[in-house]
Amino acid sequence: MRQLEFERRYDSEWDRFEVWLKRRQLSRRARRALAKRLSEHPQHGLADADVPQAYRALCAQLALARQRRYAPALVARLQRLVLGGHHTLYGAKAARSLRLLEYLRFGFPRLVRAEWRVVALSTLLFFGPLLGLLIALHWFPDFAATVLAPEQLSEMQQMYDPANHRLGRRAADTDTMMFGFYIWNNVRIGFQTFAGGVLFGLGSLFFLIYNGVHIGAVLGHLTQVGLGPQIWSFVAGHSALELVAIAISGAAGLKLGAALLMPGRRSRRHALVEEGRTALALMGGAALMFVAAAAVEAFWSPLVLADARPKYAVGLVAWFLVLAYLGLAGRRNAA
Amino acid sequence: MLDTEHCIATPEGVELRLRLAGPVPRALAWLIDLLWRGAALFALVLVLLPFQRFGIGLFLIGWFMLEWLVPAWCEAEWGGATPGKKALGLVVVRDDGAPIGWGPALTRNLLRFADFLPLLYLGGLVAMLWNRQFKRLGDYVAGTLVVYAEHEAPSRRIPAADPKPPLRPLSLDEARVVLDFAERAPELGSARAEELAYLAEPLLDGTDAAVEQLNAVANHLIGTQTPRHASA
Repeated sequence: MRQLEFERRYDSEWDRFEVWLKRRQLSRRARRALAKRLSEHPQHGLADADVPQAYRALCAQLALARQRRYAPALVARLQRLVLGGHHTLYGAKAARSLRLLEYLRFGFPRLVRAEWRVVALSTLLFFGPLLGLLIALHWFPDFAATVLAPEQLSEMQQMYDPANHRLGRRAADTDTMMFGFYIWNNVRIGFQTFAGGVLFGLGSLFFLIYNGVHIGAVLGHLTQVGLGPQIWSFVAGHSALELVAIAISGAAGLKLGAALLMPGRRSRRHALVEEGRTALALMGGAALMFVAAAAVEAFWSPLVLADARPKYAVGLVAWFLVLAYLGLAGRRNAA
Repeated sequence: MLDTEHCIATPEGVELRLRLAGPVPRALAWLIDLLWRGAALFALVLVLLPFQRFGIGLFLIGWFMLEWLVPAWCEAEWGGATPGKKALGLVVVRDDGAPIGWGPALTRNLLRFADFLPLLYLGGLVAMLWNRQFKRLGDYVAGTLVVYAEHEAPSRRIPAADPKPPLRPLSLDEARVVLDFAERAPELGSARAEELAYLAEPLLDGTDAAVEQLNAVANHLIGTQTPRHASA
């Protein structure tokens, strides 16, 4: 069959398919209006139910057009239609409503438990240096100067100086500013810890240990210079959410590293994509924990009470809740 | 044909060919994205300036969104491309050619940090040159490709002419070259068209201008039916 005859025979089919593809890109409202008009004139449009058949015919026509070396413009047009059909048929999205809620209720904690090995490793890499420095600075307080720069030390000391530590709430607009800052800064640290994992896990390793050392040194130093009550009552509330979130971001990054180092019976490329999905799911939960931690850190932690005990109590309850959530949520409805 | 072409076999047994985008167009797209994001941040500053500390908080949240979430949203929900990619006609697709959803879009945007290392996306560039599909690290993990969007080509038509069979039977590939030429000839300068047409010398009989002869052969190949007679 010559090209012109081929075109003449199928041109109207291609046009109908093209119109159908274009219709998919319209807004929902425009689509509904169009559907109504089309139902009155069914001969004009391609019904959704007929699309798979039309698409398969199109594929066959593309293959024929290529094999018969029809003109490039025609082949390009057919390929464009097939690609559009391929996208709409195979790129179909699952309904997303309610998924986030379910993910928070069972998906995320279950995932953390399923990946307990890498979470435990990450926890060790982060909390190990943190606690290690706390203890080390208790015995060798001068060691802080080797870990942190002198300016940093004095800045920290000033920030938590009892003179700046007035009773009551700080101004609400400062709270909002700090909320923005904690989101911008802390979630980014989480993302970096995750993304660094693709460098054979080294980036995650670095950020976990670095942040562990840094936080441990600051807490340890301020405790040693006698600012313990100020700093501990500040960090108590958000510590559980924030520190665990760092550990989980690190675990997500280590998943990527593990996919490269130990792909098992898969190609590294495949392993990376597969583990990448799990890693992103871990990171997503950690990011939400970071945001929650930022809210606590901005709006609750700076509150100064005459008696700090309620703040420690809230911190303890937060630790208990976070661990209970990760350890227990979604156990009953396990599929 | 080209080595920047990526072939995908569909379940229907036809091959889809995607043209991969290399580092240069992608860097340009990134630059455009950087510019509009900068402009958006600047606008945010102007709007939030009167609100002082409260405004700074909102500004930082806006910055965070623009840096991490908005590009991912563009790629997941806005036709698979950030404004910069749209400007250059690029689109992000999954390895199998399907549009990407939120998962891969977020993954490749979070992983940008690793591509940025050690400075200015050097890591990403090395990764892109390392493989045939120009994948940066984020593309590896997300399982995505950046390709040229199949835009609606300006419909090229072979100019109508009286069909004339070639001097000798053409192989399929030769026929395709003739068709390709006939489609493009109107876009070329006449001197260039003539020059190219003479490359097909074994097919020419020397009676007519080379471009017209090839055009006549092309019309024969696509099956133009009745010879058109110029109205007297």
